[in-house]
Amino acid sequence: MKRIYMDHGASTPVDKEVIDEMIPYFDKYFGNPSSIHSFGREAFDAVEESRSKVADILNADADEIIFTSGGTESDNLGIKGAAYLNKDKIGGKGYHIITSSIEHPAVLATCRHLEKQGFNVKYLPVDKYGIIRIKDLEEAISKDTFLITIMYANNEIGTIEPINEIGRIARKHDVLFHTDAVQAICKTPIDVGESNVDLLSVSAHKIYGPKGVGALYIRNGVKIYPLAHGGGHEKGLRSSTYNTPGIVGLGKACELGKTRLKEDMAHLKNLRDKLIKDILKIEESYLNGHPEKRLVNNAHFRFTAIEGESLNMMLDEKGIASATGSACSSKKLQASHVLMAIGLKPEEAHGSLRLTLGRKNTEEDVSYVASVLPDIVERLRKMSPLWNR
Amino acid sequence: MADMYTEKVKDHFYNPRNVGEIKDADGAGTVGNPVCGDIMTIFIKVKDDRIIDIKFQTYGCAAAIASSSITTEIVKGKTLDEAMMLTRDDVANELGGLPAIKMHCSNLATDALREAIKDYRKKKKK
Repeated sequence: MKRIYMDHGASTPVDKEVIDEMIPYFDKYFGNPSSIHSFGREAFDAVEESRSKVADILNADADEIIFTSGGTESDNLGIKGAAYLNKDKIGGKGYHIITSSIEHPAVLATCRHLEKQGFNVKYLPVDKYGIIRIKDLEEAISKDTFLITIMYANNEIGTIEPINEIGRIARKHDVLFHTDAVQAICKTPIDVGESNVDLLSVSAHKIYGPKGVGALYIRNGVKIYPLAHGGGHEKGLRSSTYNTPGIVGLGKACELGKTRLKEDMAHLKNLRDKLIKDILKIEESYLNGHPEKRLVNNAHFRFTAIEGESLNMMLDEKGIASATGSACSSKKLQASHVLMAIGLKPEEAHGSLRLTLGRKNTEEDVSYVASVLPDIVERLRKMSPLWNR
Repeated sequence: MADMYTEKVKDHFYNPRNVGEIKDADGAGTVGNPVCGDIMTIFIKVKDDRIIDIKFQTYGCAAAIASSSITTEIVKGKTLDEAMMLTRDDVANELGGLPAIKMHCSNLATDALREAIKDYRKKKKK
């Protein structure tokens, strides 16, 4: 059976060039980059070269990059690291964090953890497209605010936040600005300088790199407290023996992503727009998220009277990999907090479908999905007591 | 995610038995609510205290659809008293098991069936 992968928001295949670059670092150059001998030095050089490549795609300096185990750790390190350091400033800033209500669980759960530790967190609402209101942000800032953490682009509905404006406000009020750019990187140009970002999270496996490796950008001069104590790697901010093959893979993925950015964006946008146009022909189908301010590879829909997990399974039977924001597919049996935050009713949120495109997808893939989906929606609606037509 | 559904669940999801509405049903029961993402309606036709025809409509996940489908299959031809005894574990067992988090789906199916039988008995009394 024909298999079509349209769940690149969940993970991407590792690029062949990335694999080739990684392979020698498993055995040939296996040395510990912290070792003084030649085995260590060749691994060290590779780690440092990767650091430059990651810095390059963000328009940062190499010494502003810390390697981590992935997006979740980067979010935790950036947010908790800033919080734990600021907590000690008695009488000064340090107790108030501003975030949005549509963050990835890695940010939301970290913020909730900090609330239990005595921090105060403001969860900004979003409009119907999932965009925060700048006015709300400005109003939320108080003298106690030390950190704003708002995602670059949403992982579910693909909405891109007004990062430059947020950065300007953060800078104006002398507040740190962290952004989870896990979904945005390699799909939109990122410039930490222009955007006034102080901390930024990156993950390799969303950008055709390996799983289990990521990075945190930390602006020069910004201080954070480490989570992992040990041998003092990464300027003491993240102790742990270097995952050399993973780091090399992340570096290569960033290098390729930067080289191909224009081409990738044009390709993905073309497919995404065709997919949206074709699928919205289905009766009572709607696009979630912003029509333009959205990731080039994200198409997110909802269909009246059907449930998302059933839809995912029917598509899977046709060889198509997709995702949903329905409660039934989650471990918590709750509809997606993102879809609730944009004002959908639970029954609308349950009927959602996320298709996230990738480099290898073709127009034929899009046509195939658009050709099988109407029948699947109809089959499920015929079973549904909510569809009385 | 590992394949969380058994072959039997998938069979009943992809090829559901007894889908639809019985326009002149003797009893009908609806349970669940759209907030949770599951709604089920079961329609029955009864003769001599036996379920002679049964159909369902379900809005929900694969487990909910498969549970409704197999429930209709199990109780078709059974007496109302027998049908009332059906438990969520019976439904789940018949499906070769359901993930723990999906057990409420089999519960919904037996609840909808009981509501339909109660509806029939209430109408009969009148």
